[in-house]
Amino acid sequence: MVRKLLKGAKGYEAPSVFTILLVLCETALEVVLPIFMANILNTMQLFAVDEEMNGLASAMTVYDFQGGTHALKTYAASTLVLGDKNILLNTVYSYGILMVVCAVLSLTFGSLAGWLCAVAGAGFSKNMRARLFDRIQGFSFANVDKFSTASLVTRSTTDVNNAQNAFMMIIRTVIRAPAMLVFSTVMAFKTEPKMAWVFLGAIPALGIVMFLIATRVHPLFKAMLKRYDKMNADVQEDLVAIRVVKAFVREDYEEQKYRESTEQVRKAQLKAEKLMILMNPLTSLIMYATIIGLLIIGGKDIAVGDMQGGTLTAMMNYCTQILSSVMMICFIAVQLVMSRASIDRIYEVLETDSSIKDGAQTDKTVNSGNIEFKNVDFSYSDNADNLTLENINLSVATGETVGIIGGTGDGKSSLVQLIPRFYDVLNGQILVDGTDVRDYGLHNLREGVSMVLQKNVLFSGTIRENLLWGNKDATQEEIEAACKAACAHDFIMSFPDGYETDLGQGGVNVSGGQKQRLCIARALLKKPKIMILDDSTSAVDTATDAQIRKGLKELSADMTTIIIAQRLSSVQDCDKIVILDDGKINAVGTHDELLATNSIYREIYRSQQKGTVDSDGVENSDKGGEN
Amino acid sequence: MPPRSNKYMGAQRPKNIKGTLGRLIGYLKPFKWRMVVVFVCVFVQSVANVLATSLLKPLINGLAMDAQSTDVALTGLSFIDKYAISGDKLTYLGAVVGLMAGIYVLALLSNYLFNRLLIAVSTSTIKRLRDELFTHMQSLPVKVFDGTTHGELMSRYTNDIDMMNEFIARALPQFVSSFVTILGVFVVMFVMEWRLALVMVGMLVVMGILVKVIGGRSKKNFVAQQAAVGKLNGYIEEMTEGQKVVKVFNHEKIAAEEFDKINSHWATVSTRANSYANIMGPIMNNMSHFFYAGIAIFGAIIAVKSDNPLNYVGTIAAFLLYVRTITMPIQQVSQQINLLFMAVAGGERVFALMDTPTETDEGYVTLVNAVVDEQGNITESDARTGHWAWKHPHGDGTVTYTELKGDVVFEDVTFGYEEGKTVLHDVSLYAHPGQKIAFVGSTGAGKTTITNLINRFYDVPDGKIRYDGININKIKKADLRRSLAMVLQDTHLFTGTVLDNIRYGRLDATDEECIAAARSANAHQFIKHLPEGYNTMLTRDGENLSQGQRQLIAIARAAVADPPVLILDEATSSIDTRTEWLIEKGMDALMEGRTTFVIAHRLSTVRNSDAIMVLENGVIIERGSHDDLIAQKGKYYQLYTGMFELS
Repeated sequence: MVRKLLKGAKGYEAPSVFTILLVLCETALEVVLPIFMANILNTMQLFAVDEEMNGLASAMTVYDFQGGTHALKTYAASTLVLGDKNILLNTVYSYGILMVVCAVLSLTFGSLAGWLCAVAGAGFSKNMRARLFDRIQGFSFANVDKFSTASLVTRSTTDVNNAQNAFMMIIRTVIRAPAMLVFSTVMAFKTEPKMAWVFLGAIPALGIVMFLIATRVHPLFKAMLKRYDKMNADVQEDLVAIRVVKAFVREDYEEQKYRESTEQVRKAQLKAEKLMILMNPLTSLIMYATIIGLLIIGGKDIAVGDMQGGTLTAMMNYCTQILSSVMMICFIAVQLVMSRASIDRIYEVLETDSSIKDGAQTDKTVNSGNIEFKNVDFSYSDNADNLTLENINLSVATGETVGIIGGTGDGKSSLVQLIPRFYDVLNGQILVDGTDVRDYGLHNLREGVSMVLQKNVLFSGTIRENLLWGNKDATQEEIEAACKAACAHDFIMSFPDGYETDLGQGGVNVSGGQKQRLCIARALLKKPKIMILDDSTSAVDTATDAQIRKGLKELSADMTTIIIAQRLSSVQDCDKIVILDDGKINAVGTHDELLATNSIYREIYRSQQKGTVDSDGVENSDKGGEN
Repeated sequence: MPPRSNKYMGAQRPKNIKGTLGRLIGYLKPFKWRMVVVFVCVFVQSVANVLATSLLKPLINGLAMDAQSTDVALTGLSFIDKYAISGDKLTYLGAVVGLMAGIYVLALLSNYLFNRLLIAVSTSTIKRLRDELFTHMQSLPVKVFDGTTHGELMSRYTNDIDMMNEFIARALPQFVSSFVTILGVFVVMFVMEWRLALVMVGMLVVMGILVKVIGGRSKKNFVAQQAAVGKLNGYIEEMTEGQKVVKVFNHEKIAAEEFDKINSHWATVSTRANSYANIMGPIMNNMSHFFYAGIAIFGAIIAVKSDNPLNYVGTIAAFLLYVRTITMPIQQVSQQINLLFMAVAGGERVFALMDTPTETDEGYVTLVNAVVDEQGNITESDARTGHWAWKHPHGDGTVTYTELKGDVVFEDVTFGYEEGKTVLHDVSLYAHPGQKIAFVGSTGAGKTTITNLINRFYDVPDGKIRYDGININKIKKADLRRSLAMVLQDTHLFTGTVLDNIRYGRLDATDEECIAAARSANAHQFIKHLPEGYNTMLTRDGENLSQGQRQLIAIARAAVADPPVLILDEATSSIDTRTEWLIEKGMDALMEGRTTFVIAHRLSTVRNSDAIMVLENGVIIERGSHDDLIAQKGKYYQLYTGMFELS
């Protein structure tokens, strides 16, 4: 996992490495500081004890200055020999200044490390996100379906954030805490080995206690979070369906349900917290026990004059440093485990290869719009027992208009998405302009095939910016021609800002029918050889719908057009109408042929005929008929 | 739909700290004795910590003293000090350490006790807050839900209440503890050596200023970072959701370039923000080193110049420990004050929602089960009879019963969601029992508004709506709504089994009644084929079902409620025509013998209505049967022949 994280730091190795080095320097200085302090205190105590200038020599043998330069040590020792108050003060000043210098250095290192860590962390996050974005953009439809859009968004946002925090923690704290632990323990042993043994007991004790509590608390909190999610889901559901709740007068029922949920959360939380609140007293217990241990051992030595108070204080400082670094290590371990899930989720995306790759003939372009399906089977799950499309044979000549009808789930959208190779066939092949779609470079294939998706999206930006997606170099004349063909020009001009109207995210400022027409215009700007309209005029009235179809033909006569529609009126003028039923082609023919021969077509025709004037007039009324 | 506003969204900074805090603390009242114990324990713990630390000085002093030194400060407890004075240093050591251990144990026990009490108090209090908030929310008028985004309301339950929980369970005791510790330490420090204490205060002030300056910068940059994150995430969301379109247009490269720009901008801003935050740690850490150096130097000066330097070794040692003791709480206090503000801000938003006026209901006419005898006399019944009546108590104490038939009359109804913006103008219409009335018109023409008024989601300021001859303002809302069933465009199923969802229409319906309702709604066939049949779990609004199937369940739900009046709001709009044909059969069965209001986009759905109302800008511009309207060759005719587009 750490290796995975480090891989993300590419291009930011220098700040990452320097952060680690600087943190090490900072830690070393922090560990040395207590020694200087001990020296100051001890100097004073020695002075105080030997105020009458007796036995200074003996004191010298007892006390060995630690830390600092050799010259300083010698100087400090000589002040003791001289026993002059003022000179003694000089020793204190010297060590004091040394402390300040060290603190300033430590602060500098620490701040530099903080800054570099921010640089490396942001860089890491930027890298990760860019890699994810590239990868996702390269994904095939099948890949996206597998992960789901929402999950891909979470992975690119929340999970990257978690990974960044883990990374920053690794380069700052993961090094710092063990280093602090080791340095402090070493220094403690150097300063007073007899007392330092206490730590060897305290460190594992603390580690075990924290580990035991953390491993037991973790599943309890997880259980609580699950209940918590359910509780919030209750609110969400209630909010979304508030009209249903009120219409059925189910307020009390919902309250009852929610009360049960909150009670569950309360119980689960109480259970987890009950264990959690043991953490503080138990770790404090170990800390206090260590202090008491230090005091007993050190106190004896002080009593017989073998040790000075300053040393004891230094050891107490090490106690804090050592034990807090143990706690820090446990904390980091928990955090890393928690962020692990995020990193795994990111890498799951990064390690997934797009299931659709460029074909061998990368230079081949689509020059004509004829399409041929040969014995095509298709399954979203690549499972021959669960076919979405079965044995499709269909040929479409350049310039033809083909209508596809069928019920929900009969495979209409699946069929057309195979043409620009959004999915690959399971068996058989599809030829566009005489070449298997799998042999094209994807870019060239999709340049030749334009598609207006059923669930279409406009992006934030102006109408013009959205239209330019079709062809970024399109002139105003070309844009207007496409918009006129798609019956969009007039309503665009009715907006005060015309083509510069801002659509807002997701195209919220236009109606459904207007949005569909903009999407058609955008697809037209690509000047494709093949144009696919997947239920793209459902929100447009029949008259406009007919006009759009006419516009398409006028704009480009040799463009092959495939139209999926619910309304028969949208397809009845087509050169060919394909009826899909449960993934199979039920029939192909013109409107008149199908009406004469096909029962499904007749059924659909009749169900929709109710809604048109001519038949209605004839059938039901002898006065209102208008033919 | 009425416009959404930010009216129910609180400001970032709390406005009324005192009032909100008081109200929040008011929730702790039922636990007041426990809270007293909690605070006593917090106090004991903090004082114990300070006391234990302050024993270090007499300990070192006592151990280091020799026979000549007399005026050395010891514990002040004669039964312990006597050992030090008599030179029995080991016993003295034992006694002081024993005392310290005792104090520590006291601190630990207090810590556990108050935490144990607090979690019980906080979890119960938060549960009560959640329940009260939810209960209140249930009684709010639909207007509030229409005018506030779900996200805003949800954040009351998540962020805001979590903040309050954090405050009660952690910040409150910590705040008290920090305060007591800081105060205690300063008292002890000033008593021990006021000059050193002053030095300490001076250094703390410097630290405070530094923290404030850097913290302020950090905050400013974090705001900038937040904006950059918003932009970045927005772009990721848009491009990931629109990935298929990106592919259709071979737009991958351009999207990647744009993304790189936004991503780089974010990295720059984020680096700046995090730098300041990251520097805070080293500053806090090293400040204590400066404190050490300062205390050591000044302490040494005072010690050397004093008559009794020995006394000072212990003092300085103790001061150095106090530096440790005090820096933590000081850091925490600033965090806790922040938390406090956030909790109060959260509390303000939660209480604002709790204070939002509930649906008013002056209705006194209620709906009762009735028995109708041959003469048409109505008597009330406790059991379900299949007949209902409106129970109408009068001022003189008499009670009259009117049979529930489903006769609805609008008299000159004028209505607007906002002052000055009228949505319906002088709408008058009538629906006789069993009739099917359809509304047709563009989005925003006022179709849904009419149904919103019938079930009193909104109240009519002008004009009257009569239900079986009774002004609906006189009918109790719950009873009014019980007499109507709605099938909406967005179906909204609940987490639970299919059977649970159908039973939502009438909670006391038996399994058989639910299945019968499903049969009549044409839903039985597909439910039977679900993995677990009627016991199949539906999650997240029935995501595992198709739109048509969800709609059928919603229809079954309305059928089981068995109301005399039905409202179908765009109930079949997002279904393909073949599925619609299936549903229509279910609907026809449901509409049989009921007064039905239908709102539809597709005219085929409304063709066989008894009357069709064409609405435009809140005015009924055409009314009549299908044939009448076709003959009129007006707007309906245009719509019907596809000459005009509904949007």
